[in-house]
Amino acid sequence: MKAADIAELMNEPACEHNKKEKSGCARPKPGASAGGCAFDGAQIALLPIADVAHIVHGPIACSGNSWDNRGTLSSGSTLYKIGMTTDLSEQDVIMGRGEKRLFHGIKQAIDTHAPAAVFVYNTCVPALIGDDIEAVCRAAAERWGVPVVPIDCAGFYGTKNLGNRIAGEAMVKHVIGTREPEPLPAEAVPAGITVHNINLIGEYNIAGELWYLTPLFDELGIRILCTLSGDARFHEVQTMHRAEVSMLVCAKAMINVARKMEERYGIPWFEGSFYGITDTSAALRDIARIIADPDLIARTEALIAREEARVRGELAIWRPRLEGKRVLLFTGGVKSWSVVSALQDLGMNVVASGTKKSTEEDKARILELMGDNTIMLNSEGARDLLNAVYELKADILIAGGRNLYTALKARLPFLDINQEREFGYAGYEGMKELVRQLALTLESPVWDAVRKPAPWSHKAMVVAGPEMGDSPDAADDEEAHGHDHDHDHPHPAAAGAAA
Amino acid sequence: MAEIIRHPKALAVNPLKSSAPAGAALAFLGINRAMPIFHGSQGCTAFAKVFLVRHFREPIPLQTTAMDQVATVMNADDNVIQALATVCGKSKPALVGLATTALAETQGTDIARLVRDFRAQSPQFDHIPVAAVNTPDFAGCLETGYASAVKGILDATVPHTAGTGLVGKRKKQVNLLLGAHLTPGDVEAIKEWVELFGLRPLAVPDLADSLDGHLIAEDFVPVTLGGTPVSELATLGEAVATIVVGRSLKGAADLLAERSGVPDHRFGGLMGIDACDQFTQTLAEIAGIAVPDKLERHRAQLQDTMVDTHFMTGLRRVAIAADPDLLLQLATLLAGMGSEIVAAVSPIKAASLASLPSAQAHVGDLEDLETLARSGGAELLIANSHAVATAARLGIPLLRAGMPQYDLVGGHCKTWVGYRGTRQALFDLANLVLQHHETIAPHHSRFKLHAPAAPSPVAAGGH
Repeated sequence: MKAADIAELMNEPACEHNKKEKSGCARPKPGASAGGCAFDGAQIALLPIADVAHIVHGPIACSGNSWDNRGTLSSGSTLYKIGMTTDLSEQDVIMGRGEKRLFHGIKQAIDTHAPAAVFVYNTCVPALIGDDIEAVCRAAAERWGVPVVPIDCAGFYGTKNLGNRIAGEAMVKHVIGTREPEPLPAEAVPAGITVHNINLIGEYNIAGELWYLTPLFDELGIRILCTLSGDARFHEVQTMHRAEVSMLVCAKAMINVARKMEERYGIPWFEGSFYGITDTSAALRDIARIIADPDLIARTEALIAREEARVRGELAIWRPRLEGKRVLLFTGGVKSWSVVSALQDLGMNVVASGTKKSTEEDKARILELMGDNTIMLNSEGARDLLNAVYELKADILIAGGRNLYTALKARLPFLDINQEREFGYAGYEGMKELVRQLALTLESPVWDAVRKPAPWSHKAMVVAGPEMGDSPDAADDEEAHGHDHDHDHPHPAAAGAAA
Repeated sequence: MAEIIRHPKALAVNPLKSSAPAGAALAFLGINRAMPIFHGSQGCTAFAKVFLVRHFREPIPLQTTAMDQVATVMNADDNVIQALATVCGKSKPALVGLATTALAETQGTDIARLVRDFRAQSPQFDHIPVAAVNTPDFAGCLETGYASAVKGILDATVPHTAGTGLVGKRKKQVNLLLGAHLTPGDVEAIKEWVELFGLRPLAVPDLADSLDGHLIAEDFVPVTLGGTPVSELATLGEAVATIVVGRSLKGAADLLAERSGVPDHRFGGLMGIDACDQFTQTLAEIAGIAVPDKLERHRAQLQDTMVDTHFMTGLRRVAIAADPDLLLQLATLLAGMGSEIVAAVSPIKAASLASLPSAQAHVGDLEDLETLARSGGAELLIANSHAVATAARLGIPLLRAGMPQYDLVGGHCKTWVGYRGTRQALFDLANLVLQHHETIAPHHSRFKLHAPAAPSPVAAGGH
């Protein structure tokens, strides 16, 4: 990919803080960086498309160390779970056999698995030696009559966030608008109801949480033409241009897809979240409002009233157990505000929110939600994070999976909210799982047991380690959401004494 | 002697292979207060880190030289020097492990020169050894990267003392060079084994001390929280003997022998009664004492278990996929229990594959394993967690071994080696077989008639 193409992707006019100067986009600092790469981001964005053969073109590390490692689920095809890579050898690199190997690899995937399409992910080494994957994909598609989509996402191009966007761009360029939706069978349409088509962009069906939402859409007569990309099929992505509205779920990073579909096909879009009762209801309202079908609006309000009453009733027994508990939320992007809302629904007290990867708009929403008490953490160091927990007297740390063991080593209750988690928290039903997981760790008897010294010892069991270093397990904070050029001034919490 | 067979395919499908840099990181993580760095793009580090974090369920220190587009196209030398200076200054490690990746090697990095340049520029960090190794992802696998790093650690820390009369100065010290096929649980068991003879083991690397999973008083440390102390590495030349476990460590063992002059004893694996006996015998000779009663008892327990479980392992058709040393260790045990190895798959070609107790050794992926297991009528699968779906499709049980084990808590620290480790492995294998025992399908004879339905109590005028 050319530098100009990368710059073009970084320049997102629909993004509010795009006006900030681009020179603010600091290069990653050698020896003090955490985070994935563009390939990682592209694969996170597209791997959930279940009936596609996903081929990683490169040496073993890109696929070998990462395949079979995502929490996304499919209701049907499991082809996406088959790891495929050209596993380039030294000879392939030296002799320039990469393109040939890829071409035959595509054939092998088609012959063995008869996929709906083949996606080819470019990685650092073939990008560096100049394999022309676009040409190989074009030739393979012509030869074997199966769509073959190049995704030029070499790791060194940039961050996960950029990778998300490259993935979205590839869908816009090669896939969306290449097919018409299948007509709905008459028996699927409830009498007296107009079925409306929508897209959910950036919903990855982590732990199957999309399935907490789809029954609601079914009931409302809303057909999800495509989620990009949780539990999606290739033919669904092809038909995204026929939606009446797109909802950008939890991911600014694919904002380019929403914007381009608005430009090309006139599809309006909005940003929303399915975390928490308030936000779930707001998202459903926004969808109905934009579709502007009075009947749908009325039915949506009725569904919201019923579901809210039901879930609030079911959560009532949990509320006294969680109410007033202090939460330190450390995550990027949209989650830093969407989860705030969910926690506030439970009467919890969010004392700080990590915003390293949040956009300006995300930060504004946090301020709006949390008021003046907000402390925005902008440091990724584990030491700063733990100090903030002590300083703010947080009862629990909510963060991405890679901070999990940092918290546990410090003997702190923890909730994982990122993509490798095993529980779904979306929608009204997801709230029930969320409270269960919160109570489970907050109230666990293990914390007292591991914090007290042995009977024969008088040493404090937890002491603060050295004031330095990054989190050893903070490899990344999930599918990046914000913008690359969004490194604001750090605002580390003051160092505090250990509990 | 197994015939080594390659499976030339354009695609690796369901890869068995993990990358060499990930293996190098693992070896560096066995050194106390170490910090590994990958010379590559950020993703190289992020993927390996997630791989290790999820397997060990531990924080994993691992840094990156963060090659971006400019560094990749123009020059990434400064990235390396800057990363070394940053890590040495910020995390104050006792050792830095620097492993290259495919990206850096394709670009053509000269890692040894860069370390020299770093030394010239930053003499204040001269006390921190840097073990720099070439581990391009396009060659080898986790095991070879690990072996390269062990050699690199020795190269960076062990002085030339052969022939100076230092050998045996520490009369009780036995050096242990331990391969990638050994878990933290294995390392702990091997150290205790040596200690039973009144000897003092010095394990390199010592994963039992760093990645066994233990809480420490400090809430956070930015480097490894255990492992071989770097200060001890300089004493390797004063030991009475070196014991090497893992054929992949040949290069590292040769280097140590040449530098130190300490006599060594080399083992492939330590599962099964024969290997355990040889190891025990070697320790008895080094220590010059009789085998302790406790070990005799453990041996007798293993013998009993072998007798008990041979019904489940005998003639059992087993398929195994693992890196070469682990593959050899497991296959040797099973062959010694009367099993038939119908599929032995390694991600890379290695000389040790020829020693496998099977007709063939295959170089391939989990797709090849699946095909071979199916055609060979395998009844039991041994592989890492990636093979869960493979086993499900084959309809046979899976014993998880190797890396990664994402879906098994405690898998990372299970003990396989020694009399007791072997005993537990045999229990596990036998139980898997018992739980999946297939009974004879019932035959419904046409002459076997059902009794007429008994009259109901109501119809019979019951109470």
